[in-house]
Amino acid sequence: MDALFQTTYPVESADYTSAGRASADIKRKLKQLGVGGDVLRRVAVASYEVELNLVIHSLGGELSLSVYPDTVQLVSSDRGPGIPDLEMAMREGYSTANDEARSLGFGAGMGLPNMKRNADDFEIASTVGVGTTITMGFRLN
Amino acid sequence: MTVSDLMNLIQARDLTPSLPKDREVTCGYSCDLLSWVMSHGAENMAWVTVQTHLNVIAVAVLAEMACVILPEGIDMEEDSLNKSVSEGLCVLSSPLSAYEICGRMYQAGISAQS
Repeated sequence: MDALFQTTYPVESADYTSAGRASADIKRKLKQLGVGGDVLRRVAVASYEVELNLVIHSLGGELSLSVYPDTVQLVSSDRGPGIPDLEMAMREGYSTANDEARSLGFGAGMGLPNMKRNADDFEIASTVGVGTTITMGFRLN
Repeated sequence: MTVSDLMNLIQARDLTPSLPKDREVTCGYSCDLLSWVMSHGAENMAWVTVQTHLNVIAVAVLAEMACVILPEGIDMEEDSLNKSVSEGLCVLSSPLSAYEICGRMYQAGISAQS
């Protein structure tokens, strides 16, 4: 099925000043497309978490938004470093965030579990030395 | 209660005077871990935090909160305040501790959940 709307945002590593811009724009675009309520809130939370994960943990990457008649899809893909132990990474409270991220109030180990909780469909694939891809689907209605 | 009523309750200074203070506050929360707040934040919430950087505004706006409250007279960076004004998010600074701010809000009937 063709997307009604599609856009991609580059997200830079360690750029805490711009962090949140992509998710704010995603929320704005979805509002304009008539998406609201619980779905909008869940997409907003998940997109912010995944955008911050790119800033905190990746070497840089991008976040894509696709809107279909019945689903909103978010795809995050980065250029590494990859996650060695996905099972640990998905565990609430486990974090490998550095001191800079922690001093800003990140690194609580809530990001990935929070994305999974807010998305209707959540998939993560990672290869060390290559990168991580996270795909999330949110059903409309 | 409105943001304006809340200001009186916690003796707060208005760090975003150009914004209207008539928005309804229906629930409160206190936490400095942003990811934690992302998972528990709610619409029309008054959020008490000592964090003052730009990402605080991003989190509060995404969760559609009513205001951010800085305890113990803390100020906010100009960058963050400019961002909060452009997003229409009120920021207050109270001389009280986070503990007392929450205590007063709870006593005044602001619930923990929206």
